[in-house]
Amino acid sequence: MLQPSDAWQPSADLATLQLRAAMLRQVRDFFYRRNVLEVDTPLLARFGVTDPHLTNLTTQLSGDSHNWALQTSPEFAMKRLLAAGSGCIYQLGKAFRDDEQSARHNPEFTLLEWYRIGFDLKQLMDELEQLVQLLLVDAPAANYLTYQQAFQRYLQVDPFAVNSHSALQQALQSYASVADVARRETDSDTLQQLAMACVIEPQLDPAIPTFITHYPASQAALACLSNTDSRVAERFELFYGGLELANGYHELTDAMLQQQRFVADQQQRSLLSRPPASADTRLVAALTHGLPACAGVAVGFDRLVMLRCGQQHIRQVLPFAIDRA
Amino acid sequence: MANYSTNEFKAGLKIMQDGEPCSIIENEMVKPGKGQAFNRVRIRKLISGKVVEKTFKSGDTVEGADVVDVELAFLYSDGEFWHFMNNDTFEQLAADAKAVGDMTKWLVEQNVCVLTLWNGSPIAVTPPNFVELEIVETDPGLKGDTAGTGGKPATLTTGAVVKVPLFVQRGEVIKVDTRSGEYVSRVQK
Repeated sequence: MLQPSDAWQPSADLATLQLRAAMLRQVRDFFYRRNVLEVDTPLLARFGVTDPHLTNLTTQLSGDSHNWALQTSPEFAMKRLLAAGSGCIYQLGKAFRDDEQSARHNPEFTLLEWYRIGFDLKQLMDELEQLVQLLLVDAPAANYLTYQQAFQRYLQVDPFAVNSHSALQQALQSYASVADVARRETDSDTLQQLAMACVIEPQLDPAIPTFITHYPASQAALACLSNTDSRVAERFELFYGGLELANGYHELTDAMLQQQRFVADQQQRSLLSRPPASADTRLVAALTHGLPACAGVAVGFDRLVMLRCGQQHIRQVLPFAIDRA
Repeated sequence: MANYSTNEFKAGLKIMQDGEPCSIIENEMVKPGKGQAFNRVRIRKLISGKVVEKTFKSGDTVEGADVVDVELAFLYSDGEFWHFMNNDTFEQLAADAKAVGDMTKWLVEQNVCVLTLWNGSPIAVTPPNFVELEIVETDPGLKGDTAGTGGKPATLTTGAVVKVPLFVQRGEVIKVDTRSGEYVSRVQK
């Protein structure tokens, strides 16, 4: 147990902090060489996210009753810059998420996010892989699995089959720790997220960076849908060392579809009894003006440091984790 | 009994699962960057003693279990029940064989034990970490033997069998660690 008298001390050791600083420099150097512009958009902004599973921390400014949102990612502001003609940009900075504390989560964390104009998903995954190999010296070449292949390989279920919900419920009965919650679950996306996070992800080879691609259209978040297969979204995630490292999209550029997804999020929030969240009208306005075709990805920088240093807990790579902040 | 939300989960919280009161040992959040969060929880079932892993959707609620620990002095056993008393209120409580389990061999009259009560009824009995019991039977040992050279079985008044050093004799009182069942030392009478 933490003694009050020890709480002034850093939660990471100094050697880790030196390595962390070297990695921050490597990231900036990587993008400098590629002519990608560094930006630092506001952390404190008028709008937060509508994503039903994310919670903004909010605060107030004196003389103003509005609840300002600490950003859960710089995505909206960066897209407004892209629409304004910034060209390729990256951001390496803090993000805040309420309700997130674990061995892999700190409510304040460092996110690396970048956008590449004209890139498709494969080009962006290649660039991410190069960055991972630069930062994590021994990383082997990445492996690729579609969402469908991952479900077929580890659970023998096709997530796009007509009867996939009951087939998946049945397959999950073989995993004692999730059997009860799977049997009760009526929402197909939630059931698939349970299978992915609690059954498939732990079985991915931790020694090989693995891209999961072609997520279901219903879990597109801010990705566009595939031109060739309307069941899937142009979205990927990267897993390595037992950690979820990155989430990337071929970005949705259609303002009307973006507005529809905001509304769908708000309906979902209300179904889940989550507090309402206003849609970022400035993002929709920027998309209406025109977002160039681009691909973007967000990477948990602290988790990269965990992998580089072989640490199991995020607190061991932060100068001061939340319990010492 | 109150319900608990997953965000109140922490080690030691008592909840109902599979019709049995359980104690949370460890609670871990599994939260993908996009999508539903889950709580992966290790729990100990308080009646069967089994440790199992369960997953809950974050935000779900779970029925709490009315489980409390009370300190009571052991009085006597009538063969069917083990009787305990609260030394302050003199209130008595009887635990059955299922609740006492194999702890019966460490129950010494007047010793204060921890009784785990579910809805007011005992489901587990935890004796003190150390108890002193007399040896009623053991082979005669060799004089001059020192502790740590093997040992021999000794039967205590409660029926417990403990490995003791060769020099310890019948009629002596010894101190035993009830968590490991190991001999600690002789006790001066």
